Amino acid sequence: MIGAEHFLIVSAILFAVGVTGALISRNLIMIFMAVEIMLNAANLAFIAFARIHGDMSGHVIVFLTLTVAAAEAAVGLGLIMTLYRRRGSVDASKFNIMKW
Amino acid sequence: MNTVLPLIVLFPLVGFLINFLLAGKLSRKLVGIIGSGTVLISFLLSIKAFLDLTALPADARIISDTLYNWMAVEGFSVDVSFLLDPLSAIMILVVTGVGFLIHVYSIGYMAHDEGVGRFFAYLNLFMFSMLTLVLASNFLLMFVGWEGVGLCSYLLIGFWFERDSATEAGKKAFVVNRIGDFGFLLGMFIIFWNVGSLDFQTVTALAPSAFAIGGTVITAATLLLFLGATGKSAQIPLYVWLPDAMEGPTPVSALIHAATMVTAGVYMLARSSALFVMAPTTMMVVAVIGAATALFAATIALFQNDIKRVLAYSTVSQLGYMFMACGVAAFGAGVFHLMTHAFFKALLFLGAGSVIHGMSDEQDMRKMGGLKKYMPVTFITMLIATLAISGLPGISGFFSKDEILWQAFSSDLGHPALWFIGMITALLTTFYMFRLIFMTFFGKERMDEKTKSHLHESPKVMTIPLIVLAILSIAGGWIGIPKLFFGATNFFEHWLEPVFAPAQRILHSSEAHHAASTEWGLMAITVTLSLGAFALALRFYLKKPETVTRLRESFPGVHRLLYGKYFIDEIYDRLIIRPLHFFSIFLWKIVDVLLIDGLINGGAFLVGGVSRVMRYAQSGRLTSYVTVFTVGVALITGVMLLLGYSIGN
Repeated sequence: MIGAEHFLIVSAILFAVGVTGALISRNLIMIFMAVEIMLNAANLAFIAFARIHGDMSGHVIVFLTLTVAAAEAAVGLGLIMTLYRRRGSVDASKFNIMKW
Repeated sequence: MNTVLPLIVLFPLVGFLINFLLAGKLSRKLVGIIGSGTVLISFLLSIKAFLDLTALPADARIISDTLYNWMAVEGFSVDVSFLLDPLSAIMILVVTGVGFLIHVYSIGYMAHDEGVGRFFAYLNLFMFSMLTLVLASNFLLMFVGWEGVGLCSYLLIGFWFERDSATEAGKKAFVVNRIGDFGFLLGMFIIFWNVGSLDFQTVTALAPSAFAIGGTVITAATLLLFLGATGKSAQIPLYVWLPDAMEGPTPVSALIHAATMVTAGVYMLARSSALFVMAPTTMMVVAVIGAATALFAATIALFQNDIKRVLAYSTVSQLGYMFMACGVAAFGAGVFHLMTHAFFKALLFLGAGSVIHGMSDEQDMRKMGGLKKYMPVTFITMLIATLAISGLPGISGFFSKDEILWQAFSSDLGHPALWFIGMITALLTTFYMFRLIFMTFFGKERMDEKTKSHLHESPKVMTIPLIVLAILSIAGGWIGIPKLFFGATNFFEHWLEPVFAPAQRILHSSEAHHAASTEWGLMAITVTLSLGAFALALRFYLKKPETVTRLRESFPGVHRLLYGKYFIDEIYDRLIIRPLHFFSIFLWKIVDVLLIDGLINGGAFLVGGVSRVMRYAQSGRLTSYVTVFTVGVALITGVMLLLGYSIGN
C-alpha cells in the first residue's frame, strides 16, 4: 500500500538530488536544472501534505509555484544565454566578478 | 466682501516685482515713477477705504475682507484676511502717505546711485509688508508682515553692501529683531493655546473670559508680545540696532527707521490693547520701559556729532513716549504721537538727507555750519520739524506730546514720576534738536573749500516732499486738539474710541477728574522749561561755543559716558556676545567636531575595519555560495529539529 509518506520520501530524495546537483555541478544550466528539481520536490511535498490534511490549499500553492517557476525559468535561461554570448562559457567557476 | 483692501496691499507688490525682475533694464526715471506711482495708487485707495469707513456708523466701523483660508487643521484655522478699523485706517494713511513722499524724495536722493532699481524694489517690498502688517486681521498674518518689514529693513540697511559697516549693521538689526520675534511668536502661541483663535476680533471678544485679570498666563503672553515690540520698536533692552541702522540710505532711515516700521510695536500694542489691560504688571513694565527708554536715549542724543545718529536716538526716545502712553492705557495718545512723529521725524530725516546730499555725503555736524544761507528750503522745513518735536504750542508735536504727558500724570495707571521723566525728556529733546539746528545751519562754515563749492539746495523733487511734510508737521496735530482748549471733543481720540472700547471696559476706567488748572499748569511747566532748554542750546552752540568746551572739561566723565552711549554696545559685547561666541566655539570644536563627529566617524571606522576582514568570505564563486547556503539551511533545520520544534506548530 502506497501512503502519503512514500510521496514525502520521493520528495526528499528528489530534493537531495537537486541539492547535490547544484553543489557539484559547474555548468550553469545543470545548476539551473538542479534548482528546478528542488522546486518540484517542494511541489510534491505540498501535494503530499495536502493529501494528509485533506486541504486543497496545498494544490493551489503548487499551481502558483509552477507559474512562478515558469517565469523564473524564462528569466534564468535568458540570463544564462546573455552570459554565454558575452563570455563564451557557462562554467560557473569561471565567473567570480560578484565579489569585493 | 469685495473691498479695495487687497488692492492697497497689492500695488506695492506689483511695483516690487516690476522693479526687481527688470532691474537694470528700465531707465532710472521709469524705475522711480513705477516705485512711487504704485505707492501713490495705494495712497489714493487708502483714502477711498478711509472714506468708506467714515460712511459707516461710529460703532460699526469695521470693514473686513477675507481673501482665502490660509490653513485649517483641527481646531486651528487662519485666514488671509484684512481688517480695516479706525486704527488701521490711520496707519495705512500714514504709511502710504508718508511713504509716497519718501519715495518721491528718493528719486532725487538716489539719482546718482547705481542700484536705484534694487532700491525702489526693496522700498516697494517694504510697503507691501508694512501694509500687510497693519491691515492683517489676525496675529499670524501680522507676523508675516512683521517679518517682511524686518527683512526689508535688513536689505535696506545693508543696501550699500560694499561697505563693511553697512552689512554689519544690517546683520545686527536682523539678529536683534530675531530675539524680539521669538517673544512675539511665543506670545502668539500662548494666546492661541488659551483663546483658540488668532483673529484680532475674536481674541478681543474672548479675552475677558479666557484669561484671569492679572493672571500669570496673560502676564506672560503680553510680556512676550511686548518683547517683540521692544525689538521692532527699538526699546530697552533691544534698541541697540536702530542707531547702527543709520548706515542705510537716508530715505530708508526716514521711512523705515522713523516713520513706519519702528512704530509697528506701538501699533501691535494698540491692536492687542484688550489683552494688555488685563495684565497690570505688563502695563507697568511697558510704561516704565517706555519712560526709561525716552530719557535714556535722549541723554545719549545730547552729544552725538553724526546728524543721523542724533535723529536715531531721538527716534528711540520718541518711541519711548509712545510706549509710555500705551503703558498708562492711553493707547489713543500713543497712536496720535505715532502719527505726528511720523510726519516730523520723516521730515527731519529727509532734511538731514538733503543736508548730507548738499554736503557731498558728510554726516559730521562738526564739519557743517552756516548752511541756512545755502539751503533755505531745507533749513525752514527742518526748523518747523524741530519746533514740532520740541513741542512748540500750536503745532503737531505739542498736542501729541502734551496728551501723553497729561495721561502719564492723570491716568489710573499713571504716576507723577512718569510725567516727570517725560517732562525731562522733553527738555532734553528741545536741547539736542536745537543743538542740531545750530550746529548745522548757523554759526561758522566749518566745511572745507571743496565741499563748500559744491554746496547747493536740493532739487525740487526732494524739497517738495519736505514742504508737504512741513505742512503736515504743523497741521497734523490739529485733529487731536485736547478738549481743554476749545471745549470740543478730541476728534482723534473720538475716532479711535471704538477700537479701544473693549480695553476701556476691562479697565472700568473712571473718567479721571483732575482739575483743568492742573492740566494747564503741567503744560505751562513743560513749555517754560523747554524754552529754557532752547535758551541753553542757543547759548552753548551759537553765542558762546567755548562754554561747551569748558563744561566738557569740567565733567569729563559725564561727557565720555554720554558720548560713548553708556557703552551699552560694549557691555552687551562682553556680557552676551562674547560668552555666546565662546560657547559656540565650545559647541563647535568640542561637541561637534570631537564628540559627534568622533562618534560617527568612529562607528564608520569600526564597521569599515570589520568589513575589511569579512569581505574575504565573498569569493564570487557561485558554487561556494550554494555550498554555504545549503550547509547553513541544513544546520538551522537540524538545530530546530533537535530543539523539538514540530512542523505546523
